[in-house]
Amino acid sequence: MAPLTQLTADQIQPLLDDWFEVEFTFRNTGVLAAALAQMSAGEQAFVLDWTRRIASTHVEISFQFVEQSTRALSLMDERMIEAWVLQAMDIYDRSGLYPGLKVIREIDLFVRQGRERASGCVFEEEAGVLLPFVQGLSGRKLKVEQGDHTFTDSEVIFLPAVMAHLPDKQDNFKLYKAAVAHLWAQARFGTFRVDLEQYIAAHPTPDLALRCFHALESARLDACIARELPGLHREMALLREKLGDADVPDGWTSVTAGLTRREATAADALRLVDKVIGSRLPATSCYQGRLKPAEVTAVLEKRLQREQAQLRVTLKLIEDELKEWREDEEAPPGKFEVDKKPDMSVPEGFQIELLLDGKSIPIPDDVQDTMTSILQDLGDIPDEYLVPAGAGEYELKDYEEKRLDPEDVWGGTYHEEGAFLYHEWDFRRKHYRKDWCVVRELPAKPSHDGFADRVVIKYRRLLGSLRKTFEAMRDEDRLLKRQIYGDGVDIDAFVEAWADVHVGLEMSDRLFTRMHRDERNIAVMFMVDMSGSTKGWVNEAEREALVLMAESLETLGDSYAIYGFTGSSRKRCEIYRIKTFDEPYDDEVKARISGIEAGDYTRMGAAIRHLSHLLREVEARTKLLITLSDGKPEDYPDQYRGEYGVEDTRQALYEAHRDGIHAFCITIDEEGQDYLPHMYGAANYAVVKDVEKLPLKVSDIYKRITS
Amino acid sequence: MEARILKPEEYFINEEPYYQPVGDEIEVFEAAYRNQLPVLLKGPTGCGKTRFMEHMAWRLKRPLITVSCHDDLTASDLVGRFLIKGGETVWLDGPLAAAVRAGAICYLDEVVEARKDTTVVIHPLADDRRVLPMEKIGELLEANADFCLAISYNPGYQSVLKDLKQSTRQRFIALEFDYPDAGLEQKIIENEAEVAPEMAHRLVKFAHMTRNLKGSGLDEGASTRLLVHAAKLIHDGVDPVVACRAAIAQALTDDADMLTAVNELSASLF
Repeated sequence: MAPLTQLTADQIQPLLDDWFEVEFTFRNTGVLAAALAQMSAGEQAFVLDWTRRIASTHVEISFQFVEQSTRALSLMDERMIEAWVLQAMDIYDRSGLYPGLKVIREIDLFVRQGRERASGCVFEEEAGVLLPFVQGLSGRKLKVEQGDHTFTDSEVIFLPAVMAHLPDKQDNFKLYKAAVAHLWAQARFGTFRVDLEQYIAAHPTPDLALRCFHALESARLDACIARELPGLHREMALLREKLGDADVPDGWTSVTAGLTRREATAADALRLVDKVIGSRLPATSCYQGRLKPAEVTAVLEKRLQREQAQLRVTLKLIEDELKEWREDEEAPPGKFEVDKKPDMSVPEGFQIELLLDGKSIPIPDDVQDTMTSILQDLGDIPDEYLVPAGAGEYELKDYEEKRLDPEDVWGGTYHEEGAFLYHEWDFRRKHYRKDWCVVRELPAKPSHDGFADRVVIKYRRLLGSLRKTFEAMRDEDRLLKRQIYGDGVDIDAFVEAWADVHVGLEMSDRLFTRMHRDERNIAVMFMVDMSGSTKGWVNEAEREALVLMAESLETLGDSYAIYGFTGSSRKRCEIYRIKTFDEPYDDEVKARISGIEAGDYTRMGAAIRHLSHLLREVEARTKLLITLSDGKPEDYPDQYRGEYGVEDTRQALYEAHRDGIHAFCITIDEEGQDYLPHMYGAANYAVVKDVEKLPLKVSDIYKRITS
Repeated sequence: MEARILKPEEYFINEEPYYQPVGDEIEVFEAAYRNQLPVLLKGPTGCGKTRFMEHMAWRLKRPLITVSCHDDLTASDLVGRFLIKGGETVWLDGPLAAAVRAGAICYLDEVVEARKDTTVVIHPLADDRRVLPMEKIGELLEANADFCLAISYNPGYQSVLKDLKQSTRQRFIALEFDYPDAGLEQKIIENEAEVAPEMAHRLVKFAHMTRNLKGSGLDEGASTRLLVHAAKLIHDGVDPVVACRAAIAQALTDDADMLTAVNELSASLF
């Protein structure tokens, strides 16, 4: 590479004029070029490279970047500058120009936050550890989410996005852990068994009362944690010292002495509130968060109803199951009871056992979880919970969290709930646009018109031979002869070797036979182009090809799925579920294949990312992603066409390849040769010139690439 | 002690192996043995199936031949094969044939891992015929009256492909094994590793934490065997957190986040 030469202002200005479209925007680039001319050759190259990349996203951001560049270079190293501009562009992608520009302008803020980030802990990075940590602790399985404050609603623990109270990263992680443990303790040791909301509402100084209760409860919970998790308790005490919260006011320890006993409950803490009101409270450590009684009550009420329903419905199922075994069907059903076995190792002081007519019956895991949760809320399983549900009494669906129907999302105002978000590669920026594409998986509309049967009849001869070829590809045991090791002696080889020895030749060591099994452990995903351009005979050929392929694959036994894709704009990428991996090839699937119709555009990158995400979750030794398409990736109204679309698709395929997915493209676009090698690689595509041959070719190609 | 060389059928267990019964499994096994019925042991890894077999072999005073099945184990590995000795072929009994001849207890550990063709030799042995077809020498070996067949199987982690077939499982008396309850497990750890009750209690608590994570990140929780390993390290002076990391966490998972979480859990306890 030639050494970088320093550019003069006169050389820089035309570049800037071009990138900033000065012809239309009338920006003054003279001053900027003069400033850039002062930099070293390396700095110039770095700044100019990013100027061009940012300009491909937005000219104004790029312009202001150049304005700030001298200062930026004095404050940050190149890696940090990259992080800075990428954050600006991400925010621009997400929230628009003004917030994006703000990041560029507030360079000092970014530098300061950078220091915080260097020592602080980020929730997103630690969630992977915190979640299993809290679920490993006993009791109800809590979830961990990011929130504005540190608190729990008794089902979810909310934690701040960044924890940076202490200068050391390791300590900040410990703070997260302490927060999780403290909030877990609230749920586990019955903080919410008192009706706090009512008590606070009736109190003359509600805020103060809540603070007092929180402080008293914290003392009680600390004692619980000390008993349950002594190691963590020591760590929490150290953290309090580091935070400067370790001191307690005089007399506090004697006030709370009763609360540190094993038998102490939240009600005891509540009784003490009026006693400590007005006196000095110990400092609240940041990991203790705050109490939000209203949030807890709302969640608690729903949960109580839901779990009562769940338990009673399950008991009904158990009862029904047992009824089948009983000879006397008329006998009255048995009575469920709960027996408590004392066990001091759990906070309740007892383990529960489910009895039916006095006899212990095993508790299935999910019931166990429900019972644990009820026990945690009420301290007991009330008798009315143990009456099996009557017929039709509960509709468990009513208690489940409402899942959003992807189709409804478009009914009202626009939002992204219930959708998958995927990055997209911007080749000009040489970076991803984060969470850029909104992908929804929709059920395909079936069309029961006997299409598949007609195809089977139309191609019956071809299908016959296809089945035969595919049958031959099935894995079978083969007896390998003349092996160096194996299950049996290869007599032929042995006789030969014996003769060899007698005439003085060297004896071969390949004397065994071995059974060998070639396992076809293949999962294949068909990704079908449903863009507008396929309308008519291409669509027909695609559908025929899918029917033949499915019929052949049924003989072969490879697991396969079929998804269609289309959409318009990055906010509306649609994936149609035609056949999932688990579904059998039945009339419903046939009708869905028949119902495939042409839609809008082809944003291939998003479709590939979503489908390879699905493929990743399938267990198979070989994973294939086969695209049936009729042209280049293209979308409207944004820039997803030409080089941009091709480069994003290439990047998506590269990501899939990194995860061990082999991609292959079958297209009818005769110009495919021009761009497919670049996207899929030289050997991973096939152009079918004659649309009518597509059905035949697809099976043919499949055979070729999998054997 | 010097290493001894034994033929499989001479492997008598003379000292009582420590086994803490959970239910009536010993009585059931003895009854099955008296009635010449084969036994299937079901249960997760490390919950004491193999130890139970050793204990029963000692109790019944029969030699124990254990075959750990793997996916390359074939019927001829069990039955036997020809070897060549001085220009002649010589038949050598496989472990199953040896057990059938000597009236030993043959224990096929993790039987679903073996090749499918092993069922051909197991089936006639596992019903009232009690014969072992020895195809290669054209003989039928009738089992010694003292012979007993036991197989083990972990319903938890195997794939559907490796499920035990109905035709096989319906020939056996099935004994279900699970991790013992907290008190019993603590007793086992105290006994096996000679650690203090308090330490054993915390180890059991830690095991329950990992078992809570089964299905949400871990395929299996810590087995009793792993607890005993950790306790032995602790008994030897290793710090409990380090012992749990080496003996339990690393054995359970390779996932970095999960490892950190499990280590944090053990650090919270000790």
